[in-house]
Amino acid sequence: MGVGKLLPLFVAVPLGVGFIMPLLDKLRRERILDAVAIVTSLFLFVLTVVLLTGGGDSVYWMGDWKPRLLEGKTLLGICLVSDGLSRLLVLIVNAVAFLVVIFSSDYMKRYTSRGLFYSLFFLMVAGMNGVVLTGDFFNLYVFLEVASISSYALVAFGCESEELEASFKYLVLGAIGTLLVLTGVALLYGLTGTLNMGQVAKILASGETPMKPAYLALGLFLAGFGVKAAMVPFHAWLPDAHPSAPAPISAMLSGVLIKAVGVYVLCRIVFNVFALTPHGAHVLMALGIISMVAGGFLMVGQWDLKRLLAYSSISHMGYVVLAVGLAAEVLVRDGSAALASLALLGGLFHLMNHATFKSLLFLCSGAIEHAAGTRDLKELGGLGKRMPITSGCTRIASLSIAGVPPFNGFWSKLIIVIAVAWAGHYWIAAVTVLVSFVTLVTFVKVQRYVVQGEPSGKTASAREVSAGMTMPMVVLAVLCLVLGLTVVLYGPFRKAVLDSAADAMAGETDGYVSKFELPE
Amino acid sequence: MAYLPYILCFVLMAIGIYGMVAKKNVIKIIIGLAVTEYAINMFLVVLGWRAGENPVAPILAAGQEDFLANTVDPLPQALVLTSIVVGLGVLALAVALAVRLYQKYGTFDITEIRKLRG
Repeated sequence: MGVGKLLPLFVAVPLGVGFIMPLLDKLRRERILDAVAIVTSLFLFVLTVVLLTGGGDSVYWMGDWKPRLLEGKTLLGICLVSDGLSRLLVLIVNAVAFLVVIFSSDYMKRYTSRGLFYSLFFLMVAGMNGVVLTGDFFNLYVFLEVASISSYALVAFGCESEELEASFKYLVLGAIGTLLVLTGVALLYGLTGTLNMGQVAKILASGETPMKPAYLALGLFLAGFGVKAAMVPFHAWLPDAHPSAPAPISAMLSGVLIKAVGVYVLCRIVFNVFALTPHGAHVLMALGIISMVAGGFLMVGQWDLKRLLAYSSISHMGYVVLAVGLAAEVLVRDGSAALASLALLGGLFHLMNHATFKSLLFLCSGAIEHAAGTRDLKELGGLGKRMPITSGCTRIASLSIAGVPPFNGFWSKLIIVIAVAWAGHYWIAAVTVLVSFVTLVTFVKVQRYVVQGEPSGKTASAREVSAGMTMPMVVLAVLCLVLGLTVVLYGPFRKAVLDSAADAMAGETDGYVSKFELPE
Repeated sequence: MAYLPYILCFVLMAIGIYGMVAKKNVIKIIIGLAVTEYAINMFLVVLGWRAGENPVAPILAAGQEDFLANTVDPLPQALVLTSIVVGLGVLALAVALAVRLYQKYGTFDITEIRKLRG
C-alpha cells in the first residue's frame, strides 16, 4: 500500500491551493503568491518522485469503500489508480507545471490579478492529475471539465479581443467534446450498471452485454477525446487557443493538457477498457496519420511563432497516436509482442519528449515576445546576439523537435519509424519520415528568422530576460539533451518510467481489471 | 414505444448541437449549448428509470418490503446533480465571454468576430 495513500494529495493539494490563492490575492503582496505557488508545485513534483520510486501499482479507495460482495453484487466506491501509464503522465504534468510556475513568477508581471492566474493554474493541474489517476468514468468527466473550464478561462486571461474570440471558440468546441464524453459515460452506465472503469472493462470482456451500444459509446469517446487531443478533423480550436494564452499557459496547454486529457484517455479507453478491435486500431492509426500530415503541412506557412508551434503540436500528437494505434493493430492481429511494445515505447517516449521540447519552445516564444514585443517571424531576427540564453534554448529545442541526433526527439522518432517499418507499413514509414523532414525545414526557418541575422527594428533594443525566466528554459534545454541519452543508455530509468507505462497498455483489459482486485 | 424517451432525448440533443454549430449569434450558440446539456442530463435520468409495479422515489420508508424492486436508480440522479453544476460553470463562463466579446467587437454576430485567421 504505502504510496497509495499519497494519491488523493495529487488532486487535493492543487485544488486547495487553487481556492486559497484568491484570498491571498487580497494581501496585495505578489511575492507571497509566487512563493506559495512555487512551494506547492515543488511539493507536487517531490510527491511525483516519491510515487515513481515507491514502485508498484496501487489503488486508493475513497473513504475506504473497497469492493465487497453483497447478495452476489459487487459494491464499490470511487477510486484512484496508479499504474505505469498514470505515473508517466503524473510525472509529465507535475514536472512541467513546476518549471512553468517558476517562469510565470517573472513573466506574469505584465498582467494584473496574479492570484486569479495561479488559482486557475492550480485548478487546471488538479483536473489533469485527477483525469490521469481516476478509475471511475464519471469522476473522469468531472475532472475533465475542471481542467477544461480553467483552460478556457486561462486562454482568455489577457482579455484582448483575439484572446476572447479564441477562448469562445475553444469553449464551444470543448463543450461539444465533453458533452459527447458524458453521453458515452451515460451509455456505458446504462449497459453495464457501473461506472468503475475496471468493472466496466470486466463486464464488456465477459460478452454478456450487447456490443453495438458499447461501440457507439467507444465512438463517442473517440470523438470527444479527439477534440481534447486536437486530432484532425477535431483540431480547429487549437491553433487559435494555444497562441492566444499567456506563454506559460501555452506551454501547459500544448505540453501537457492535450496529452493528459486527450491522448492519455484515448489510450486508456481503447487499450484497457474496451477489448481491442481491428476497427479501433485502424481509427487510431488513421487519426494519427491525418493529424501528423495535416499539422505538418499547415505548420510550414505560418509566420506567427506561437501559431506555428501550435500546428506542430497537432503534428506531433499525430506521431504519438499513430504509434499507439500501430501497437493496437499489432496486438489485435496477434503479431509479435516485442513489436507492440516497441511501438508503445516509441509513442510514450515521444509523448514525454514532446512535453519537454514543446514547453521549452513556448517558454522561449514568451521570452522573445517579452523582450522584443512581437512574435511575427518577419519582424524578429538577430536575437542570437541580443538574447544568447533564449536563443541557445530555442536552437536546442528546434533541433530536438526536428529530430536531429543526439537530442531526444531523434530517438523517439527513430523508434516510431523503425516500429512502423517493422510492422510492414512501408508507406506509412515513408510518410512519417517525410513529415519529419517538413518539421526540420520549418524549424530551420524559425532559426533563420529568429536567431540569425543582424538585430534591427524591434529586436535592436531587446535584452535578455531575467533569471527567473531563463532558469526553467535552461533546465528544459538540458532535459532535451539528457533525456534521450538517458532513456537509450540507462536501463533503470527507462524501466521505471516508460516500460511500466507500455506494460500497462500492453496488458489490455485483463491486466487493467486485475489491478482493482474485484471479488468474484 | 419503450424507446420513445431515449429517441426524444437524442432529438433534443441534435437540436442543441445544431444550434451550436449552425447559428451565427453568440447568444444562440450558448442557448444551443444549454439545450444539449439538458438533453444529456435527461438521458441520464431516463436511463435510471425502472417501471416496477408501483414506482417510488429512491427514499427508503420504514417497513417498505418491495423497495429494491420498485425504486428508480438513484445514481444517475446524483450524477445529473453534479453535471448540472458543471454545466452551470461552463454556461457562466460562456456568458461572461459573450459580454466581454460584445464590449470589444460591439456585435454578437460571429461572422464579424473574426480577427484570427490561418
